[in-house]
Amino acid sequence: MAAVHHPDNELGHEHEHHGPPAGIMRWLTTTNHKDIGTLYLWFSFAMFLTGGVMALTIRSELFQPGLQIVEPEFFNQLTTLHGLVMVFGAIMPAFVGFANWQIPMMIGAPDMAFARMNNWSFWLLPPAALLLISSFFVPGGAAAGGWTLYPPLSIQMGMGMDMTIFAIHILGASSIMGSINIVTTILNMRAPGMTMMKMPLFVWTWLITAYLLLAVMPVLAGAVTMLLTDRQFGTNFFNAAGGGDPVMFQHIFWFFGHPEVYIMILPAFGIVSQIIPTFARKKLFGYSSMVYATSSIAILSFVVWAHHMFTVGMPVTAQLFFMYATMLIAIPTGVKVFNWTATMWRGSMTFEAPMLFSIGFIFLFTIGGFSGIVLAIVPVDIQLQETYYVIAHFHYVLVSGSLFGLFAGTYYWLPKWTGNMYDEGLAKTHFWCSMIFFNITFFVQHFLGLAGMPRRVPDYALQFADFNMISSIGAFGFGFSQLIFLYCIIKCIRGGQKATDEVWEGADTLEFTDLPSPAPYHSFETPPKVK
Amino acid sequence: MGSKVTAILVWVSTLILYPSMAAAEKLSVINLPAPKTQIATEMYDLHMYVMYISVVIFIGVFGTMLYSVIVHRKSKGFKAANFHHSTTVEIIWTAIPFFILIAMAYPATQTIVDMKDTSTPDITIKATGYQWMWGYDYLQGEGEGINFLSKMSTPREQIRNEATKGENYIMEVDNNVVVPVGKKVRVLLTSNDVIHAWSVQQLGVKQDAIPGFIRDAWFKAEKPGIYRGVCSELCGKEHAFMPIVVEVLAQEEYSKWVAGQKQESAEPVVDVNKEFTMDELKATGEKVYAGNCAACHQANGKGISGTFPGLDGSKIAVGPKVGHIKMVLNGKAGSAMAAFKHLSDVDIAAVVTYERNAWGNTTGDLVQPSEIKAFRN
Repeated sequence: MAAVHHPDNELGHEHEHHGPPAGIMRWLTTTNHKDIGTLYLWFSFAMFLTGGVMALTIRSELFQPGLQIVEPEFFNQLTTLHGLVMVFGAIMPAFVGFANWQIPMMIGAPDMAFARMNNWSFWLLPPAALLLISSFFVPGGAAAGGWTLYPPLSIQMGMGMDMTIFAIHILGASSIMGSINIVTTILNMRAPGMTMMKMPLFVWTWLITAYLLLAVMPVLAGAVTMLLTDRQFGTNFFNAAGGGDPVMFQHIFWFFGHPEVYIMILPAFGIVSQIIPTFARKKLFGYSSMVYATSSIAILSFVVWAHHMFTVGMPVTAQLFFMYATMLIAIPTGVKVFNWTATMWRGSMTFEAPMLFSIGFIFLFTIGGFSGIVLAIVPVDIQLQETYYVIAHFHYVLVSGSLFGLFAGTYYWLPKWTGNMYDEGLAKTHFWCSMIFFNITFFVQHFLGLAGMPRRVPDYALQFADFNMISSIGAFGFGFSQLIFLYCIIKCIRGGQKATDEVWEGADTLEFTDLPSPAPYHSFETPPKVK
Repeated sequence: MGSKVTAILVWVSTLILYPSMAAAEKLSVINLPAPKTQIATEMYDLHMYVMYISVVIFIGVFGTMLYSVIVHRKSKGFKAANFHHSTTVEIIWTAIPFFILIAMAYPATQTIVDMKDTSTPDITIKATGYQWMWGYDYLQGEGEGINFLSKMSTPREQIRNEATKGENYIMEVDNNVVVPVGKKVRVLLTSNDVIHAWSVQQLGVKQDAIPGFIRDAWFKAEKPGIYRGVCSELCGKEHAFMPIVVEVLAQEEYSKWVAGQKQESAEPVVDVNKEFTMDELKATGEKVYAGNCAACHQANGKGISGTFPGLDGSKIAVGPKVGHIKMVLNGKAGSAMAAFKHLSDVDIAAVVTYERNAWGNTTGDLVQPSEIKAFRN
């Protein structure tokens, strides 16, 4: 994308006094986008393991029919918190971590626009996480109404629900601040010559994602605030006996919830769109159509929310509208998959870990996309709503989609962040184990759902026993495979073969062409010139 | 090195695992169960149709990608081409999916319109969701006036793994919903507490039961038989344990069943004004307690710390009778304690008496059904 005459390291000696303070104060007070990115990434990894332990407890209980390990009320707390922790604690902050590290370097900016607010948006997360996790230990336990928090069930919960509501408020505030920062940085701090249509696709997808966040996080905050006042102050927003409507909560929640799904996948699209061209040694096919497709997905995401509610009893016309609108999303999503395939076509490909995870991403995300079309068909959804088919569907888009995208991005940029190459053998082992165990865990859940096994149950009928056992075995395999990832990263941070400045042969974005490896603490204090 | 070996090992084990799984299973378990109504058949066919189209597209796209992955490799000396844009191609692969989607949406639209047409039913049944059982009222058509509660009948010992699990483990109830074959049955759905969902896949019905609102669905079963379903909206801790069993009978047998039910309800059940003894009430009360209260308050009356208060020594269970009766009848707003108005006067009198005189509670209070009747009025 660009070449420049003054690589940053030539200027480095003038700025030695800008080094960070040592110890814990560095991390508490930092306003450096790279430090904050690192904080976000480690935080999200810790939450990923926390949510993962919950998932494995769930899968242990489901290993056999009958109640063995946990009581039903604790089981419901686990499914609820697993969802909340993974969505708000693991996936979203991880992408913000990538945004912090990469956006300034990819657009040739010295840092994020609001550096102090950046610090604050990160440091809001640990208290929110603490509220969520510690709610397990209060009387009544954690929220147990599912991550969707539907009333009236969520009205029945103990104080764990109030803690969850406050946690969501804090997480929402953090996301909104992060988004404002990202939008401002991208719109105002691009290096001279970096026009909008020259921005790397990762930057584009994050710009669109940040707008989605700004649009829907306040909606979620409104929904949970009404829940809070219904619970504590006698309002009746969602209580039919008082003139309210429990279904209204679902409409508001999913008006947030569906764009939220794309908030978790669009940055992954961006990461994959950086990686595929690099390892195919060929420019991304259809750059502008990728930008338009991403925008279309974002806009459509606001008019499809009620497809999560096909069984609440909507009029025919509403069901038809939401079915048609949902099916339309397949078109821009298809365009993306076709463009990636065309980028690979007649490239000169190599298959390092980032490329493997990207191909795995496209392959499995597309399976999730197809099961999404199946679920969009209202009469079929009536059969599959609230079954394991839905669980399988959204784990295909969130685990092999978002999470694989995050793994791909980590391996892709890790050498630039640490200055060391990661252990390729370990990384490939991580990929193959994740790929296989993921499918063992979730593919069978399609069958379970079709055959009628409901979600959110600690016990099931006997005909579901075999597939549940397989799924649980896969889940443990998948969980332990992630320790390979942790080891691989720590090993890379501690040393290893030195990375070149370019790192990857086909990489053409500014962080690879214009910065040394590792990237200096302060980069692009003088903006690069983009051709 | 290591990664290649792992990859091969895992692929091979998967390739062996999946077919052996499929062979071990009866085929019914990997797909929707056999449909028993016109609508369910359409749903089944739609699913197969959409899935087959998806599989074909999937094979097309990933066949192309696989070819590229195998052939266009740097290690094979393949040099990268330089194309990166084509408006024609973009338009083609935007337009073709659009037409495929129309081909999917068209038949689906017809089914939706049929599915939502609940007019002119032969029989109307109201199903009410309770935490955690279903109540059925036959409102119109043959059988009008019949009503009963339907609770899971699987013993707790099976769930606790203390007894061998039966064939219909957690999919069996004490009172089946009985309907005649070939008649349009409209089901009205509502709930007494939280949102539940009434779902029977083979009949092609899944509809949420929402407190304070009435929603509806319909089915016309084509074959007699027993069709099982589950509550399909998370409704609290016993969500997994409120199944739905629909028993479809031939017309004559259905008429017989209705006659039997009518006769039963015509018999004077128990005289509400009769004076019961403590032992009678406690014996009945213990059964009512086990069926309605023990899920939360536990058989030993200790509740579950922090979630469900214990009754053993509780302020309400050993306090004034009136407060206790009120709590059972009306529930407590904003908590998991539901109203139990739907139970009979005898049942309520019995369970209140039982709770006031069980475990460590020794109030000695005797609550007669006549008191409940008076209280209701």
